[in-house]
Amino acid sequence: MVAPADSTVAAYDSKVEGNIIFTKMDAAINWMRKNSMWPMPMGLACCAIEMMAAACSRYDLSRFGAEVMRFSPRQADVMIVAGTVTYKMALAVKRIWDQMPEPKWCIAMGACASSGGMYRSYAVLQGIDQLIPVDVYISGCPPRPEALLEGLMRLQHKIETEHSFVEQKKELIAELTA
Amino acid sequence: MNAAQMVEALKQKFGDAVLETKEFRGEHTLVVKLASAKPLLCYCHDELNFDYLIDVSSLDYMGKEPRFEMVYELYGYGHLQYLRVRTQVAEDVEVPTVSDIWPTANWHEREVYDMMGIKFSGHPDMRRILMWEGYPFFPLRKDFPLEGKPSDLPEVGFTRVAPMADGPFVTTAGAEDTQTREPRSRRPVE
Repeated sequence: MVAPADSTVAAYDSKVEGNIIFTKMDAAINWMRKNSMWPMPMGLACCAIEMMAAACSRYDLSRFGAEVMRFSPRQADVMIVAGTVTYKMALAVKRIWDQMPEPKWCIAMGACASSGGMYRSYAVLQGIDQLIPVDVYISGCPPRPEALLEGLMRLQHKIETEHSFVEQKKELIAELTA
Repeated sequence: MNAAQMVEALKQKFGDAVLETKEFRGEHTLVVKLASAKPLLCYCHDELNFDYLIDVSSLDYMGKEPRFEMVYELYGYGHLQYLRVRTQVAEDVEVPTVSDIWPTANWHEREVYDMMGIKFSGHPDMRRILMWEGYPFFPLRKDFPLEGKPSDLPEVGFTRVAPMADGPFVTTAGAEDTQTREPRSRRPVE
């Protein structure tokens, strides 16, 4: 904003100094992202029941900013694969993952989603990481809600370490510095 | 009329088509010829009031002729009687569908086709139900290994062999203690 040249009134708010924080772009973006994760609940088996419990009032996912479960992949940014992934369902899981916009993360919740679990058979995919990249694996069969919360916090720590601006917005940076 | 009387009525009506009748702890089973299976089941529904088809399943006796067997479990809500009808099916023989008698047979027969590879003639929608279209095997046949076979159909799906880790986990009932009954893993029998 440019003040009129002939004006003697200073357009400067002296109180503004206490309201400004200097930080790195990455840190600011990561801070915003990690405290507002919108999960895509990919509930496939009994793990989904524990996931629902984690979202309800007793365990309360919203304390970590992840209470907005979105059943549309286009509005979600973390997919919680909760349950046994059969080969037939795996195709749908992959498709939903592909529909989620970047940046996106994946939590493999429970033994089945992580490794096929006890289902050593022709019908079950031996871990969802064979199809999509997984950020956090949660052990348990099924994991308790506390374990899911722990996994979510681990994911928050992981997001903190990402170079979200420098790595993910290369084209924008190139445009700005050109 | 109780189930035993119905079995007698069916024997009189269908004669030679009924190969065998069994009674075990109050459960009645009829073994019938494949050619007469459909009319017999139709008669059970229309005349004997078996209005509920509980289940349709199939068995694989690999090495025996005929190889497969179909099992129909019937129940009537009016008379509360159970009846089991079995019929032997050779390989590559189509079984007439009963989905026009009991609509619930539609998905049951699709499952039998998906898992065992028995086809049903006259079925309105003879597709796989659990595995995807184009999957090349029938997983519940005896010659299909538990860990699966690799299959790959680009753009459709794939399966890999599942790691068995010293063989499938099988409990042995009646063993002395828990550790022998349920070990962490068990070597397959050579």
